[in-house]
Amino acid sequence: MEKGTSPRPRSRNMRLTPGEYSRMVGRASPKSPLRRDVVWAFLVGGSICLLGEWLRQAFLAAGHTLGDAAALTSITLIGLSALCTALGWYQKLAAKAGAGTLVPITGFANAVVSQAIEFKVEGLVTGVGAKMFVIAGPVIVYGTMASWVWGLLYAALRAWG
Amino acid sequence: MRKKDSIVFHRPPSVLAWAAVGGKKEAEGPLGNLLDAATADNTLGETSWETAESDLQRRAVQLVLQKAATGLAGVDLIFAGDLQAQCTASAYTMRALDVPFAGLYGACSTMAESLGMAACFCAAGLAGKAMALTSSHFCTAERQFRTPLNYGGKRTPTAQWTATAAGCCLLGAAGNGPRVNAVTFGRVRDYQVSDINNMGAAMAPAAAQTLLNHMQAVGTTPAQYDSIYTGDLGQVGSALLCEILEREGMPLPNHRDCGLMLYDRQNQQVKAGGSGCGCSAAVLCAHILPGLAAGREKRVLFAATGALMSQTLFLQGESIPGIAHCVELASPESS
Repeated sequence: MEKGTSPRPRSRNMRLTPGEYSRMVGRASPKSPLRRDVVWAFLVGGSICLLGEWLRQAFLAAGHTLGDAAALTSITLIGLSALCTALGWYQKLAAKAGAGTLVPITGFANAVVSQAIEFKVEGLVTGVGAKMFVIAGPVIVYGTMASWVWGLLYAALRAWG
Repeated sequence: MRKKDSIVFHRPPSVLAWAAVGGKKEAEGPLGNLLDAATADNTLGETSWETAESDLQRRAVQLVLQKAATGLAGVDLIFAGDLQAQCTASAYTMRALDVPFAGLYGACSTMAESLGMAACFCAAGLAGKAMALTSSHFCTAERQFRTPLNYGGKRTPTAQWTATAAGCCLLGAAGNGPRVNAVTFGRVRDYQVSDINNMGAAMAPAAAQTLLNHMQAVGTTPAQYDSIYTGDLGQVGSALLCEILEREGMPLPNHRDCGLMLYDRQNQQVKAGGSGCGCSAAVLCAHILPGLAAGREKRVLFAATGALMSQTLFLQGESIPGIAHCVELASPESS
């Protein structure tokens, strides 16, 4: 605080410094229960992946090619995730599972569908259309860029090796 | 009369009537049966959350007018605010109320800010009767500040839950209700907290500074109050406030936080506690003012705190400025 800008007597400022306060905040703020979170994420994420594998085997058994079975599995999981999101179930599971529901393809579907539902009231173009990829968009941008970089590296390695 | 940062009223204005309105979760909380009205459906029959929040405010105003047995014609000015960008909920509420309106933004401190302003206007004779009104809605706050309702995200233990609630007070220069003895408008304090999931920590230094300033100016100690209420510091911020004031040589034995009163933290999954303009407003109108009117408490401080953060500046890496405004309230019969 600069001096002499006010004719009134100033109230006493606290002695507390940002550095001291930062240490106090660190002590006072409870940490996420890492062990419990990891167990939840492992079990739920693992179950989603298990469901995916079960679906893939079922599609293979039904006579689909390897490539088609993989695509059908992804589509089914995305459809299920969208349905659960619309019914409000996915968010309830995610509140416990954390990364377990975030990392699989179902988490990506949830990020898109939840935005679409939330902004429906602002219109199909300016709401749903404009806001749908706000959360998922960065994943697509950097996912595409990363695959582009790896593609170049792969081509370079092939040319030299 | 001005004493340092505080305004002490020679003839304290009176809170003539008040009302608290809450949503479903608030009705299920410890103060649920003290709310004047609660809605089981947080959409309030509207198609958007934004209009639902305006409905909450309108209900609070109607209840206050009913209780005071007066009409809008007797209200000279309304100070109102909320969390929505450009004070949307308040502005859209005022479409239906033909009363002079001054919009305020103090984040979650808005209830104390509007109450303080209304008290000043009444005490100075600038308004015969003035209203203070604030609200917040979980769903409007989530979509504006965080993620969609159905997005699968995990809350950190320090995060707070925005209350779906509104509170409204009608003040007059004289009356038989609880009195506003003094008001201290706070100074912004920023102690470099940049975690938007730890608002309590961002606001605690501002609350400490305002409480220190108020008690120094008025010449009181914490023991002279039945309770010192802060608005929405939550579990983390409350612990930090008490620690800061202990270090500054003014321990707070009678501190209570509105964010810890509105919900049952163990069973309602609100993590560190409640927040939002509506949280302290609902606790003020459902618990503090009725307590003073009934004489259960004689003299209290109501210091609502706000985290004045912006989504834009947060993304630019800035820390969160905190503010706290303090209103000193007393029961009608105390001298």
